Amino acid sequence: MELTTVWFVVLAFLWTGYFFLEGFDFGVGALLPVLGRNDTERRVLINTIGPVWDGNEVWVVAAVGATFAAFPEWYATLLSAFYLPMLLILVALIVRALAFEYRGKRVDPTWQRRWDRCIVFGSVVPAFAWGFVFGNLLAGLPIGADKEFVGSLADLFTVAGLLGGLTTLTLFLLHGAVFLALKTTGEVRVRARALAGRILLAAVPVTAVTLAAAGQESWAISAAAIVALVAAGVANARGREGWAFLGTGAAIVLATATLFVLLFPAVAPSSLADANSLTTTNAAATPYTLSIMSWAALAFTPLVLLYQGWTYWVFRKRIGVRDIPPAAGAALTRVAQ
Amino acid sequence: MDQLDLARWQFGITTVYHYIFVPLTIGLSALTATLETAYVRTGKEHYKRAAKFWGKLFLINFAIGVATGLVQEFQFGMAWSDYSRYVGDVFGAPLAIEALLAFFLESTFLGLWIFGWDRLPRWVHAACMWIVAVGTMLSAYFILAANSWMQHPVGYRINPESGRAELTDFVAVLTNSTLLSAFPHVLFACFMTGAALMIGVSAWHLSRRRHVEVMRPSFKLASWVMLVAAVGVVLSGDMQARIMTEQQPMKMAAAEALYDTVAPASFSIFTVGSLDGGDEILSIRVPRLLSFMATGTWDGEVEGINDVQREERAQYGEGDYRPIVPVTYWSFRLMIGFGLLAAVVAAGLLALTGPPGRWIRKLWPRRLRPSDGETVPRWVWRAAVWAIPLPILGNSFGWIFTEMGRQPWVVYGMLRTADGVSPSVPASTVSLSLTVFTLLYAVLGVIEFRLLRTYAKAGPEAPAPARDPDDDGPDDGDDGHRPDAGENADESAERQLAFAY
Repeated sequence: MELTTVWFVVLAFLWTGYFFLEGFDFGVGALLPVLGRNDTERRVLINTIGPVWDGNEVWVVAAVGATFAAFPEWYATLLSAFYLPMLLILVALIVRALAFEYRGKRVDPTWQRRWDRCIVFGSVVPAFAWGFVFGNLLAGLPIGADKEFVGSLADLFTVAGLLGGLTTLTLFLLHGAVFLALKTTGEVRVRARALAGRILLAAVPVTAVTLAAAGQESWAISAAAIVALVAAGVANARGREGWAFLGTGAAIVLATATLFVLLFPAVAPSSLADANSLTTTNAAATPYTLSIMSWAALAFTPLVLLYQGWTYWVFRKRIGVRDIPPAAGAALTRVAQ
Repeated sequence: MDQLDLARWQFGITTVYHYIFVPLTIGLSALTATLETAYVRTGKEHYKRAAKFWGKLFLINFAIGVATGLVQEFQFGMAWSDYSRYVGDVFGAPLAIEALLAFFLESTFLGLWIFGWDRLPRWVHAACMWIVAVGTMLSAYFILAANSWMQHPVGYRINPESGRAELTDFVAVLTNSTLLSAFPHVLFACFMTGAALMIGVSAWHLSRRRHVEVMRPSFKLASWVMLVAAVGVVLSGDMQARIMTEQQPMKMAAAEALYDTVAPASFSIFTVGSLDGGDEILSIRVPRLLSFMATGTWDGEVEGINDVQREERAQYGEGDYRPIVPVTYWSFRLMIGFGLLAAVVAAGLLALTGPPGRWIRKLWPRRLRPSDGETVPRWVWRAAVWAIPLPILGNSFGWIFTEMGRQPWVVYGMLRTADGVSPSVPASTVSLSLTVFTLLYAVLGVIEFRLLRTYAKAGPEAPAPARDPDDDGPDDGDDGHRPDAGENADESAERQLAFAY
C-alpha cells in the first residue's frame, strides 16, 4: 500500500476516533438542559465526561495537525474553504471548554445558567457543523485548477451539508444519551434511557437517508451502520446499556468509514472538473515527510490508546446525585465569611 | 485595511493572547508537581494544600490556554492557506507530532490529576502532574521547532517543479541552532512567569499573615525558581542574540534602530528622537554593549539596517526588507526591561527574606523597619504582588519582537508574509473573524482575570481534620470516617467524589 493511502487511512482513523469519543461529549453537553432538571443533576451529567472530554478533544487537534503534515494541500483547501464554519466551530469549542472548567467556580445561579448555555451551544454547534463540513466535502466543492476554493459561503448551503449536519447531530445526541444511561445512576439514568429511545426514532431515518444519498458503492458498510443503530435501540430498550453504547459507537464508526470509503481516492473532490480534485496523491506531502510521520504514529499511537484507555478504566464507576460534592465555589463563600 | 493587514492583526492578537496563558501553565505545572512531590515524600498536609491551591490556579489558566490554542492550529489553514501549501511539508510535521506526543499526554493526565485525588495512589497522582509538566514542555519544543524553522529554514529543499519547500532532513529541523537557543530561553521565561504568579499571590497572603504554612514554602520555592530561571533567560538570550545576528542581521539592526554599520556599537537604553537615526534629542547609551550582545566581543562590528537592506536587495530582488523599526526597537527594550525587573524583584526578595536581610534591616530607617515578629516590612510583600505581570509582559514583547522583526518575511529569505495569505478568503470574512475573536477574547480575559483573582485571594482550603480530606458539605451521608487519612479510594457508593466539576 502506498504511504499516501496509509495516511488517508490514518486520518480516517483519527476522525473516527474523534467522532466516537467526542461524539458522546457533544451529546452529553447538548442534552444538559433536557436531562439535568436541577444543578446537581446537571453536574452529574458534566462529571460523566469531566475527566475525559479534554483528552477526547485532542483527537481533532491530532486529526487537523496530521492533515497539515500528511496532506498540506488538503489542509489548506479544507480550512480556507470552510473558513466561517470553522470559525463557528472554534468559538463553540472555546466557550465549551471554559464552561466545563468555570461553571462550578462560583455559586451563582445566573453564572451557572450562562455557562450551561455555553455548554449547549458549544456542543450542538460542532456536532452539526462537522457533519455539515464533511457532507459538503463529499458532495464536492467548487475547486479551481490551482487547488483553491473558488466559491462563496452560499455554495456551502447544500442539501449534502444539511444532511451531513443532521446526521452527526442526531447520532451524537443518541450516543450521548446512551453513554449517560451507561454512566449514571438513579433518575438521570432512567431518563437518559427513555430519551435515547426517542432520539433513535429520528436518528435511524436521518442516517439512512444520508447514507443512501451519499453513494451506493459502500452500501454494505452503510447497511451495517443502520443495523448497528437498530441493535443499539433493541439493547437500550432491554436495559443492556453497555451493548447499546457499543451499538451507537459502531454506527458512528461505520458512518465515518462510509464517508472515507466514498471519498477515496479524492480528499476534496471538485464539483467543477475532476482534474481539479485534490486526491491522496496530488495533495500529499513528500514520501520522506510521510515516512517520518509514519514512524512517529507507529511509536506513539499505541501508547496514546493505552493511557487514554486506562483513564476510562480509572473512572469506570457510575456516578449519581449522591456522589456530587458541594461545588468548588461553595468553599469560596465560606472563606468570605 | 486589506486582507493581509487583517490576517496579520488576527494572528498577532490571537497569538499574543494565547501566549499570556501558555507560560503560566508551563511554569505552574512544574511548580505544582514539585509541591505535590514534597507532600508525597514528607506526608505533610500543608504541601498537599499548596499543591491543590496552585493546581487550581493552574487549571483556571490551562482551560483558557487550551481553548485559545485550538485557534492557532486552524488559523494557518484558514487565513494563511498559501503559506500552508508552500511550507506544509516541513511545517506540518512538528505540529502533528506535538498533538500526538504532547497534547494527548497533557490533557489525559490532567484529567486523571483533577479527578483522581481519591482514586489514585499518592505517588501515581503526583506523577500525573509531572507528566503534564513534561507534556507542556514537549509542546513548547515542537512549536518552537516550527517557529525556529520560520526564522531560519534548515533541512529542506525547494522543489523546482512545484516551487515549494520540501523536508529533506527532519533531524536538522529538530536540532536547528535557532531552536536550541530559543527553547531554553522560552522555557526559562515560562518558569519565571509561573514563579512570579506564585511569588505575588504568596506575598499577598503573607502580608496579611494568612495561610503562612502554605505560603511560606511556596514563596521560597518560587523565589529561587525565579532567580535561577532569570539567570537562565539572560544566558540563553545572550546565546540567541548572537545566533540571530548571524542568521537574521536585519532583526538585530532593527532591534537597535541602527541604520549604519558601526564598530564598536553602543546600546541605547532609551532614545527620544526620530527613529531613522537622523536627529536624536536625547539618548542614554551604554558604550560597546551592542557589540557584545551581537558578536560576543566588545568591539565587534554590527551591521546597520541600510547595509542589510542593500545586501538583501541584491540577494532577493527589489523590495523593502525592513521591519517596522519603532516596533522592533521598543519591543526589544521592553522585553529586556521587564525581564530584568522581574529578576531584580526575585533577587531583592530573596535577599530581604534570607540571611542578608538581617543586616539590611539594621540599616533601614525606623519607619520602614518591619514590626515585631515579621521578617520583612509589609510594604515589601505588597510590592511583591506587582511582580506578577512583569514576566508576562516580557514574554509578550519578546514574541512581538521576534515575529515583527522577521517581517516582511514569514519564512526568512524564502516566503514573504504577503504571499502567505489565503487567496480564496475575502477581507470582509477575515475582518469578521478578527472582530469575533477580539471581542470573545476580551470578555473571556475579564472573566478569567476575575476568577483567578478571586481564587488567589481565597487561598488554600482549610487544613483537613485528621480524616478524609474531602470537604464536608451541608449534607450528611458521612459513612463514618476512619481516623487515619487514608488516600486510597474505598469503593463504597456513598462516598462523594473528592473533586467534581
